[in-house]
Amino acid sequence: MDIIEFLSYAFVQKALIAGALIAVITAVLGVFLVLKRLSLIGDSLSHVALSGIALGLITNTNPVFMAIPVVMLSSLGIYKISKSAKVHSDGALGIIAAAGIALGLIIATLAGGFNVDLLSFLFGSILTVNLSEIILAAVLLLIIFILIYFFYNDLIAITFDENFAQTAGVNTERINIILVLISAAAVVIALKVVGIMLVSAMIIIPPSAALQLAKTFKRALLLASGFSVAGVIIGIYGAFVFNIPSGAMIISADILILVITVLLKNYALKKR
Amino acid sequence: MTIIEVENLSFTYGAEAALKNISFTVNAGDFTGILGPNGSGKTTLIKLLLGLLKTNCGNIKLFGKDLKDFKDWYKIGYLEQKSTPPKLMPLTAFDVARLGRLSTKKMPHIFNEQDNTLTSEIMRLTNCLEYKDKLFSELSGGQQQRVLLARALINKPQLLILDEPSTALDSSSKDNIFEMVSQINKETNTAVLVITHDIADIGKYVNKFIILDKKLIFSGNKEDFCRSQEITAYFGPYTPHLMDHLHSCRSCPFADGHCEEGCCKEEHCGHH
Repeated sequence: MDIIEFLSYAFVQKALIAGALIAVITAVLGVFLVLKRLSLIGDSLSHVALSGIALGLITNTNPVFMAIPVVMLSSLGIYKISKSAKVHSDGALGIIAAAGIALGLIIATLAGGFNVDLLSFLFGSILTVNLSEIILAAVLLLIIFILIYFFYNDLIAITFDENFAQTAGVNTERINIILVLISAAAVVIALKVVGIMLVSAMIIIPPSAALQLAKTFKRALLLASGFSVAGVIIGIYGAFVFNIPSGAMIISADILILVITVLLKNYALKKR
Repeated sequence: MTIIEVENLSFTYGAEAALKNISFTVNAGDFTGILGPNGSGKTTLIKLLLGLLKTNCGNIKLFGKDLKDFKDWYKIGYLEQKSTPPKLMPLTAFDVARLGRLSTKKMPHIFNEQDNTLTSEIMRLTNCLEYKDKLFSELSGGQQQRVLLARALINKPQLLILDEPSTALDSSSKDNIFEMVSQINKETNTAVLVITHDIADIGKYVNKFIILDKKLIFSGNKEDFCRSQEITAYFGPYTPHLMDHLHSCRSCPFADGHCEEGCCKEEHCGHH
């Protein structure tokens, strides 16, 4: 199948628009989360999303809209637990992930076991994305752009050194909470693209590739977004042509991009 | 002008007391050395002063305002004991030094040409302009320390807090930095608070001492320090060695055993 024919399908166009929006969202957030060593928050929250999605399916409401508040509350739980000094942040992520998956399994079992809808969230099904989910992704991206416009240097300061940021008058608590809440919403929306099993990869891999090459923060954000969108386009095309789940193809493309950037960086270091 | 007022400050980590009932003041123009053994509460005290830890008990006032109401963070420059920014952080030395301007910004927190000019000026003053375009993470420990000092000095602070500033520096760099800070202290009446293990680093620059060992052992000016019975009792046989590092006691060359009349070491050295 050639590219023109591929792009002529309405569901492919919707998938590409949604995929590109979500790719930019996860890439931009991912740069901050990877540098703050919070990249596994995506993994943890995606497990929690299972509870929200199961709840949505059992109550016959849109699973994405049901999962968003559940995951947002959980993200606050992770933040508060990790700040309590009684549990490390990786421990907090593990606790919330385990609780989320346990609750999700209980709800799914009570609802009569796993059905096709639930499985589509486990492994992603971007080709079934609907208009309301595209609008949701666009709104979330807009919120992220506004946040970055007003708090760009605050975010950099917090990412660089939280103690310094606080002594520079940055309200670190408020910005951290906004960051985890937006990450929570992003994780749920990204489930449609790559599924619960692989959503954290979308947050980690394109930003990690960008950070191999970027010399400035702005360039890191742009490169991460570019790599992520490229991964989504290659992944959706590959999924369509080879009839393979889109999530797996997108993450494979991301990993290929990461390998190339690591090789480029090593080459540049040797040339110095 | 009183810059810092601390009254009956206590702090505990869990059940363990880190600081007990500390009171002292720091005035404009003071160059205060905070000394004490490992675990004596020096860094805890600084973190409490900067609001990085919440006080259990006692009052802190900065520039006459209760710490919780204090918002003028541009008046304070802070150099942390150990800054461990993320390894892949895409920030140049210039970007890091310029972050110091954040405390002067109103919303949106965006840097302008004046911020760039001030950053270049302060980097020239702290001898780190030559590597301004290098990634901060690729600089040596000493170079990073100079950039962070530039960040602390960029707003011409009225209070400069340096937590073990010389740990990553060779002896000539140490002297350069302390000479520069001493000059700023004299020319602009900036209050300086320096934490150190080693009195030899700062003996000739300071005019006040705070000696901590979870409780306040001594707080006062250098002359009182030289004559203090508390210091003699606390340091015991090491007291003369300690006094050797204080510039004001150099009229009494203890090593020769020829103490002059009226020498400040008279009460400690045992040669009278």
